[in-house]
Amino acid sequence: MDEINSVKIEFLSRSRNESFARTAVACFAAQLDPTLDELGDIKTAVSEAVTNCIVHAYPDSLGRISVKARLFGDSSLEIAVRDWGRGIEDIGAARAPMFTTGGDERSGMGFSIMESFMDKLRVRSKPGRGTTVTMTRRIASRADAR
Amino acid sequence: MNLETEFVGGTLRLRFDGELDHHAAKKAVATIEEYIDAFLPRRCVMDFSGVTFMDSSGIAVLIKTRKRMGELDGTLGVENIRKQPMRVLRAAGVDRIVPIAAPAAKEA
Ligand SMILES: Nc1ncnc2c1ncn2[C@@H]1O[C@H](COP(=O)(O)OP(=O)(O)OP(=O)(O)O)[C@@H](O)[C@H]1O
Ligand SMILES: [Mg+2]
Repeated sequence: MDEINSVKIEFLSRSRNESFARTAVACFAAQLDPTLDELGDIKTAVSEAVTNCIVHAYPDSLGRISVKARLFGDSSLEIAVRDWGRGIEDIGAARAPMFTTGGDERSGMGFSIMESFMDKLRVRSKPGRGTTVTMTRRIASRADAR
Repeated sequence: MNLETEFVGGTLRLRFDGELDHHAAKKAVATIEEYIDAFLPRRCVMDFSGVTFMDSSGIAVLIKTRKRMGELDGTLGVENIRKQPMRVLRAAGVDRIVPIAAPAAKEA
């Protein structure tokens, strides 16, 4: 599928960048003319992935996070959130609902929310090397939806 | 994220404004605990009418508050929730453990 447009942003793992990242991706996605609900879903998924980098990948240090968004000819949006932090030992276990290594500050529902709000979710990770979460969502054209 | 409180007839009402993400959640949890410990309410109501965005960080806030209210033999409810936070709570199944009421009138 042809790539029509793309952006990449990189920022430090400070929690105040969570709102920056989800808003930036939502602004980029706006060119697909999404509904408010679709925009909300995209913002939520980005917020989950970026928060995971801040909380889990770099638990006690500041690190780099990159967010790449690509737009394709079939009106689908691909978002890749990447860190170079701690990595995930067992991806299958991590994706299960309620699994968390974050204690009572976290609920273990981040991956489940990303899965239910996006069409596709892929997680690649290497312990000690980092994690990339790639999500895709097709935006129905308003004409289709009618 | 801003928080306003009101304590009337044993009910502690907490009104949130802004985006409840991980950045905001830390302070929210500390403030909620402070108010619950100060008033020891029988019922706690979280008014979400001003919450324009929420992610899973907000789920942990609700679960924690529910647990604290349980220790006091009290109850917790969420009121005036908007669409996006409601979708998050529903996707996580939280609407099955905490009673949640949407706004009566039109969606803001
Ligand atoms: N970028 C990451 N780097 C390292 N570990 C991660 C990363 N993302 C997720 N994990 C691991 O996967 C687990 C599950 O993630 P998920 O987002 O589903 O839940 P959570 O972050 O623990 O809680 P919640 O998202 O509900 O606040 C995390 O507890 C953590 O152990
Ligand atoms: Mg998470």
